[in-house]
Amino acid sequence: MNNSPLRLTGLTKRYGGQTVVDAIDLTIAAGQCHGLLGPNGAGKTTTLRLALGLIEADAGQVELLGHIMPAESGLARARVGVVPQVDSLDPDFTVRENLLTYGRYFGLSRAKVEDRVPDLLDFAGLTGKGDASVTSLSGGMKRRLTLARALVNDPDLVILDEPTTGLDPQARHLVWQGLRRLIGKGKTLLLTTHFMDEAERLCDRISIIDRGRIIVEGSPRDLIRAHIEPQVVEVYGDTLADWRVCALDLCQRCESAGETLFCYTADPEPVIAELDKQPTLRYLHRPANLEDVFLKLTGRDLRD
Amino acid sequence: MGEEIGVRKTNQRGASPSPRTPHALLSFFPVWQRNFLVWKKLAAPSILGNLADPLLYMLGLGYGLGQFLGKVEGVPYLHFLAAGSLAYSVMNSATFETLYSAFSRMHVQKTWDAILNTPLSLTDVLMGEWLWAASKSLLSGLAILAVIWTLGLYADFALTLWLLPVIVLTGLCFAGLGLMVNSVAPNYDFFMYYFSLAITPMVLLSGVFYPTNALPDWLAGLAAVLPLTHAIELARPLILGQSPTLPLLHVAVLLAYGVAGFTAGLTLTRHRLLH
Repeated sequence: MNNSPLRLTGLTKRYGGQTVVDAIDLTIAAGQCHGLLGPNGAGKTTTLRLALGLIEADAGQVELLGHIMPAESGLARARVGVVPQVDSLDPDFTVRENLLTYGRYFGLSRAKVEDRVPDLLDFAGLTGKGDASVTSLSGGMKRRLTLARALVNDPDLVILDEPTTGLDPQARHLVWQGLRRLIGKGKTLLLTTHFMDEAERLCDRISIIDRGRIIVEGSPRDLIRAHIEPQVVEVYGDTLADWRVCALDLCQRCESAGETLFCYTADPEPVIAELDKQPTLRYLHRPANLEDVFLKLTGRDLRD
Repeated sequence: MGEEIGVRKTNQRGASPSPRTPHALLSFFPVWQRNFLVWKKLAAPSILGNLADPLLYMLGLGYGLGQFLGKVEGVPYLHFLAAGSLAYSVMNSATFETLYSAFSRMHVQKTWDAILNTPLSLTDVLMGEWLWAASKSLLSGLAILAVIWTLGLYADFALTLWLLPVIVLTGLCFAGLGLMVNSVAPNYDFFMYYFSLAITPMVLLSGVFYPTNALPDWLAGLAAVLPLTHAIELARPLILGQSPTLPLLHVAVLLAYGVAGFTAGLTLTRHRLLH
């Protein structure tokens, strides 16, 4: 594991009296996509900023691509690509100029970046848009350009902070496709998200982070297997409150969220048979997913 | 341990394009260049906007008010006003660039955040911004200087060439101060305080429109510590064909304001963005 692209050891960051990142240990495997999942304010973005050497830890150590951070930030960041949460493209430049300008920050010559521009545009699905102004791009196109910009230095590790937040389903699929192609090329990805389906689709490994701590880590499938009953029946309807008592006898675990009752069980047949006798209740039967794990472990309360 | 480091070193170099050497002397240059390339796209309106205000002051007041004033300190009022307008123009240009434009890049467009994700450091970003604002104010100064040359508002052409370093120094001074103000600004409205409490008093007290010795002692004392006063103390004699008195003092004051402003701006911006 000596060539792990990112290794965090006992990483701790406090703001005022609050511990935002609390003794996090994390080792990312090369060539994998690692997801950092957590509710808002869990410490995901702070962890990424610490990893990039942008802020200094109160305790612990960051080793990024073999460099101790933040002392060797410049050397390490030369081989990292970053897709930030908030759009930071240059609105005064065209698509191509954005890539050329960003390349210069890495000390890359104009000719070198010019050579890469067609590939980067192709990757981002922006072929033919090189001379378009950034302000004329849709939200999805801007996101893809941001992704292409992060690849301008052909990085070994790409760090993405909520790469698909605010995108419509079509645009999300295009971004996912791009990220899978990167994994295919052997890049290592570290991404934060609060979309469970995104994590489940993309990530080889996931760390669920809450209140500054990593509470579980594993592959999406292992996490579902280890932490949750395999089947879920979601029940809605006016007479739900009356039926609730009955449900507790039929499944292993029940949870209420808003006007929905979640019944978790290994064998959904008895619940479904019983529900078919209740004309006033509607239900949805599905396999358990990462979202169920996430909500079980981090709770259903709103965080902000 | 030595072996371990050796292993790491061999791991570092992949097939990636060769990374830049960090902390190179000119590592701020891509930041300067980015601003220059954006400016180039909008150069004409930008130059016009920067030039109109000081030029109107100089020509409007110089010709208009000059009619009633006759000579000020032994020269026509327009000639007297030329140095003040030059310094005012440079100050304005550096201030606007480091306040509104830099704030857009830092806070609205998140350009600085994007750059900080690359090998460049915050020092590179602010150094690039500082020198860029000084470059832009040099252009503003040159534009006014061209008018001064064209209208023959000077005594000795060779002496006016010394105005070039004065313009650069004045630009650095006010760009440094501007970056400090920018670093603590919550929004664009905040800059009004700086204009009302610093820039406007300087324009009125530092000898742009009249000699500072016309002021009562206590106000003259205040004027003496303002940086714009020192810029004008250097520029005015150079335009009127004299050598400045105490040039090193004025240079030192401008430098001190500029470097102190830049240093404070860097420290406060670091706290703001990287904390």
